[in-house]
Formats: sequence, C-alpha cells, structure tokens
Amino acid sequence: MSKKVTSEKYKKTLSHKLETWFYGTEDVYVNRVEMKPQREFLESEETIQTRENEKQKLLKNIYDVSNNKELNLFEKSYKLFCVFFCCVVIFTLLVAVSYMPTFGDSNNPVHNEVSERYIESGMQETGAVNIVTGMILDYRAFDTLGESHVLFVATCTVLILLRDDKKKLVEKRKTRLYEDKILQTVAKVLVPPVLIFGIYVVLAGHLGPGGGFSGGAIIGAALILYSNAFGFEKTNKFFNANTYKWTSFCALATYSVSKCYSFYTGANHIHSIIPLGIPGHLISSGLILVLNICVGVVVTGTMYTFYVMFRKGGY
Amino acid sequence: MAFVQNFPFFSIILTIFSGPLSTMLSNKKAKIWNMILIGIVCALNLAVLAFVISTGESYTYMMGHFPAPWGNEIRVGVLEALMAVFFCVVMFLCVISGGQERAREIEESKQNLFYVMVNLLLCSLIALVYTNDIFTAYVFVEINTLSACGLIMIKNKLHEGRTLEASVRYMIMSLLGSGMLLLGICFLYGLTGHLLMSNMQEAIANLVATGQYQIPLLVAICLLSVGLAIKSALFPFHSWVPDAYGYATLSSASILSSMVSKGYIFLLIKIFFRVIGFEVIIGSHVLNVLFIFGIIGMIMGSLDAIQENSIRRMIAYSSVAQIGYIYMGLGLGTTAGVVASIYHILSHAVTKALLFVSAYGLTNVSNNRRDFKQLTGAAYRNKLAGVAFTVGALSMVGFPLLSGFVSKVLFAQAAVGVSSTKMFFTLVALAISTILNTVYFMKTVIRIYTPMDAETEKEKGFTRITAKEDMGKAIAMICFVVMNLVLGVLSQPIIELIETGLAMFM
Repeated sequence: MSKKVTSEKYKKTLSHKLETWFYGTEDVYVNRVEMKPQREFLESEETIQTRENEKQKLLKNIYDVSNNKELNLFEKSYKLFCVFFCCVVIFTLLVAVSYMPTFGDSNNPVHNEVSERYIESGMQETGAVNIVTGMILDYRAFDTLGESHVLFVATCTVLILLRDDKKKLVEKRKTRLYEDKILQTVAKVLVPPVLIFGIYVVLAGHLGPGGGFSGGAIIGAALILYSNAFGFEKTNKFFNANTYKWTSFCALATYSVSKCYSFYTGANHIHSIIPLGIPGHLISSGLILVLNICVGVVVTGTMYTFYVMFRKGGY
Repeated sequence: MAFVQNFPFFSIILTIFSGPLSTMLSNKKAKIWNMILIGIVCALNLAVLAFVISTGESYTYMMGHFPAPWGNEIRVGVLEALMAVFFCVVMFLCVISGGQERAREIEESKQNLFYVMVNLLLCSLIALVYTNDIFTAYVFVEINTLSACGLIMIKNKLHEGRTLEASVRYMIMSLLGSGMLLLGICFLYGLTGHLLMSNMQEAIANLVATGQYQIPLLVAICLLSVGLAIKSALFPFHSWVPDAYGYATLSSASILSSMVSKGYIFLLIKIFFRVIGFEVIIGSHVLNVLFIFGIIGMIMGSLDAIQENSIRRMIAYSSVAQIGYIYMGLGLGTTAGVVASIYHILSHAVTKALLFVSAYGLTNVSNNRRDFKQLTGAAYRNKLAGVAFTVGALSMVGFPLLSGFVSKVLFAQAAVGVSSTKMFFTLVALAISTILNTVYFMKTVIRIYTPMDAETEKEKGFTRITAKEDMGKAIAMICFVVMNLVLGVLSQPIIELIETGLAMFM
C-alpha cells in the first residue's frame, strides 16, 4: 500500500534528501556540517630564496654522476650480481637437463600411447600424409585455432602502436623514388617463382613438409621483396588496408566456423559429413586443406602488415 | 549429453570469433556487439554453473573427434563456471565504466581495436579457466599477454610516452614469465609424455612414488610457479605494475588489475591441483618460497603505496600488496588457505575495479590531476565517486560487512590450522598490512572529504559532476558496491561453492 503524500510533506522525508543529494541539486553538508577552509600557505622572500638555492644545490649533486660513489658502487655490484644470477640459473637448468630422460631412448616417457596412435593411425583418421599437419590441424586443432589468433592479435597490437592515421605524414613519406634497376630485375625474376612456391607449400601441407605457417611466411616474403623493389604504390593496387582486413577476417571466420562444426559434431558424437578423401590426393584430408589455406592467408597478411607498419606506419 | 554442456565451448568460440569481427565493425557497432557478447557469454556460463551445481560433478568436453590424450579437451566444474561468470560480470562493468575516457583519450580510428583486445582477452580468460590441457593453456596465455599489452598501449592522448614505456616494461616482464612457463611445460612433457592435465597428474604421482627424475621435476615446478608469479606481479617482479595500471585508460587499468593477473593465479592453482598434485607441491617446499615473497609483497607494496603522490599509482601499489595476500594464502599449503586465496581473488577484483573507477571519477572533477593536493574536496564535486571510493577503501582495509573483511578473516582462520611459524608470520603480516592499508587509504578518504572553498575551486577551474552526467560510471560503481556488500554479507554460500569446486579439482 502506498500513501499519497503532498509535495510539501515529501520534501521533509529522507528519500527526498537522498534524491537531491544524488542528483546534486542541493548539498546536504552545506550549513549543517562545520566546514573549515584550509589556511593559506604564505611564504616570505627569504624562505623562497633558500628553497631555490637548495634546489639548485640538489640538482647539481644529482646530476654529478661521476663523483657519486654510492651510485658507481651500486652499478658495479648490480652488474656483478646479474652475471652471478645468470650463471646460477644456467647451471641449475643444465643440471636439470642432465637428469632428464636420455634423448632418443626408446624407453622414454614420451614414447607412449599418444605418439603411437599419431604415427600408426594418423593417416587413416585424418587423411593427411604429413603426420605433423594432421596433428596440429585435426587432433589438436583447438591449439592451432588459438595460435592463429595469436598472430591476429599481434598484428592488431602493432596496428595500435604504429598505424599513423594522420594522412599528411603518410603522403610525405611516399616521395621516395624506386629506380634501382638491379633490384627491380632480380625481383621481376624472383617474385613469381617465390609466390608460386609459397602457394605450393600451403596447398601441399597435408601431403608433405609445409603447411599454412611456412607457406604464408614465404608468400609474405615475396610481397615484401616486391614492395621493396617497386614501391608501395604498386603493392597497394592489390594489397591495402582493406584487403588485409577482409582476407584475415574471412580466413579466421572460416577457421572458426568450420572448427565450430567439427568440435560440435565431435563432442556430441554426431557423424561428420566431411569426407576424408584418399590420402595422397591434393583434395583430401577433410578440413585440413581449408584450414591450411586460412592459416596461410593470416600469416601472409601478418608478415606483410608488420613490414609495412614498421616501414611507414600505414599502407 | 545435455545441450547445456556445450555452452563453455560456445562461449570460447563466440568470443574468439568476435575478435576479427570487431575489426570489420564501426566503433559504435563494435561497442554494442561487445556489450551483447559479454551478456550472452555471461548467460551461457550462468546456465553451465546451474547445471554443474545441480549434477554435483564435473565433466569433460571433447574438442574435436578424438578422445582426450590425443585431442584437446576442456573440463567444467563448479569453480571454473563460477570464475567464468564472475570474469564476465566484472569485464562488463569495467567496459561500461570507461566510455567517456575512451572517447576522450583514444584516437577515433583505433577505438574498434580496443574492443578487439577486450573480446580476445575475455576469450583467453574463459579458455584459461576451462582448459584441461596445459599446452592449450599456454596458447591462451600468449593471447592474454598480447591483448593486455595492447590494452595498456592503446594510444592515450594524455600520456602517450608513459603508456608506451609502461607497455615495454610489461612486455619484458611478461614475456620472461611466458618463457619460463613454456620451459616448465617442456620439462614436464619430457618427464610424463602427456599434455593433458589428468594424465600428467597420474604420471607425476607415479614418478614421485618410484623416486625417478626428482631434480628435473623440482626445477619444472619452480619454473611454472616463478613464471606465473612474474606474470601476476608477485612482489619482486612488480616493477611494471604502477606504470601500467597508473597510465593506461580507465577500462584497461581496471580490467588488468582485476582480471588479467587473477587469471594467471587461477591457472597456477589449477596447475598445483590438477597437474602436479597438491601433496607433491607441499612436499617440494615451493609453497614456502611463495609464502615468504607473498608476505614481503604485502608489506613492501603498502609501504610503496604510502609514499606515492598520485592516486592511481597508489591504488596500483595496493594491488601489489593484495597479490601478496593471495600468494600468502596459497603458501599456507592447506585447502583452507587456497579457499581464502580464491575468495580474495573475487573480493580484490571487485574492490580494485571499484577503486579505479571511483578514482577516475574523482580526478575527472580535478582537471585530470591525480596528485593529492588537487584532489582536496573532490568527493564534494563528485559525490557518488566519493562514496564509492570510501566503500572501496574500507573494504581494502577490512571493514566488517564488506568483502575485504571476510577474506581477511578467512586468511586468519586458515593460518590457525598450519605450523606455528607460518601462523605467527601470517597473523603479524595481516595486522601490519591492515594498519598500513588504513594509513594510505584513510589518508586519501580524509583528503577527498576536506572541503575546498568555492573561490579557489572556481579559480582552478574545477567542475562539479552529478551521477547523471556519467551514467556508465555511476552504474558500474553502484554495481561494484553492491557486489562488495554481497560478497561481504552473503559470503557463506560463495565459500561453499568454492569448496565444492576445489573438491572437484582433486
């Protein structure tokens, strides 16, 4: 039951006071609490003079580093302590390593049912001839999902640090001329094969050595070489900020969505409709090929973006 | 399998997908999506928490088509779900509280990158909480480190050089910690041949029983604990804290202090219980080292805070002291001590975020000056912030009815059950640190409630702000105060939850 109160009466209640205090229309402390203003601090000429003098003296003493015995002693002992500490850590780690299981011994704890299954039935279960690719993109795909986002977040951090959004500065830096004939000729000859090799490494990740990480790095290197020889205006025609944004978003989205499907079906024991194909064929091994391409795209973008950002802070 | 059991996986994949998505959205849309996302994830994890409490046992969830030692796996128990829900709520409040500061301090074109960082940070925290595989934990520690670095560094127009310097410091220390963590994981993998937590625990129990490889095992335990201690800013490794928390933008500072370091401590607790086994850890005496540094941190952090002249750096140093409390609780080497530590993680996260938000509320009405002289009478200029700061300060000091009191009581109770030397040092350190806390927090409270006469105020150009003008902060502060009171008054159910969660860890 609520009672209707006139506004006169309401003004006397506690909730009205709380409301006025909350919205700042009236200060409850004024005229109710004794408030003392702080005493003003007054200085005489003399004290100001001595204060200034002391300040000068102090500054002189502070910046007189060469005669500061304590500081010198501290710096020397600091270095000594650092060396000593590093030696102790190195020694401890070496001792620990010497007690580890012998490398390559067949009785090592690492040779257990986990690696056995990877080696023996990796090809049937993942469809990838390259066991390593099968491991990182199928058995332990969750880790690789995280790892490709590590690259993405690293690029974003570099963008925060180095991207220069004031257009004028970027314009100014564009004026460098690109007319090195030797470099341009070499780049003309080298860039196409390097690009093709990079694409091959990405696509053949499930068939042999390679994969998205290494192939993406090769393609990124080719792009960097090209932009070095011919200037950013030429690379900007096919790779600019928007391209990077879209390609990396699409790659990571494909990765997330496809893994979302496979994790969901896997955990709920639903049969996955993605065929594994015949091991050894180019189009085989289910999602691994797609994921390799996604990772390759992300790595390429990361490499090239790092270079561009460190070079001039914008595409 | 119930559909609810998929929710932890959904929340991880949703947050990780929102990272790239936010780069494509405009600033405003990225902000709205961030809010919606945290809301969804919070709801999902609440459902998981309710489910796990009702069934009374933890479950594992297969990430892919291959069962555990071959594929990845996440594990869901009461404690994990509780932490995930808690992180979501605090994250939401931290993000809404800093809206005005972000608009003012961060460049227009880079604001959506801020939300990328927040989304990925939330993802890494949830994954760290749920993971059952130590290498997955390492991958998400990397994401956590990088996004935290981005949050510190994000262009701050007011203190650009300071934030860069702070992020370089943070990067160096944090990468050192990551390196040690990775080395420790390598050692453990070499000794056990597994990366899955439950299999590792079996293998290590086996090694301890047979007495094999004792030295590498001890070194691995040391590397893991020291690595995570560096990352969570335990006392001698705290040099990056005051700059990073003191100069980053408001949301970043509160997120970093209340969640990032806590995520690492939670991972350490998980490693202690789920990977190495608590008995082995107690036998290795590593906990005693953590105990000693925790106690030194409690006192040194408070002493540094007393000397500070800037309110935000003072709060940052107080964080160092509070991290010391948590490690002291761990170092007691009993389950009661760990429960007290986890409770303090919750209580400190709420209180520290509250202090940061209200300190920004106070400096905003003092021309953005953070030294104490300018803060005179700030509580009259922004009343809600003044009250909120007082509540936070009282909670830090350990005033009854607030969360800080309960965690101090829990620490003292836990100390009674252990050896007399440890009990003595814990109780003395608690007493000294409470007095030191009182010195610097009450000094600040008295300072902000010392009135300044209207003329000087006008001369200095100070403004008055009511709660309506900054709704984001007002909501966040009120929610944090309420959470503080809830943690302080209704502590028993939460402690019971933590206890059942820890029992599921074993």
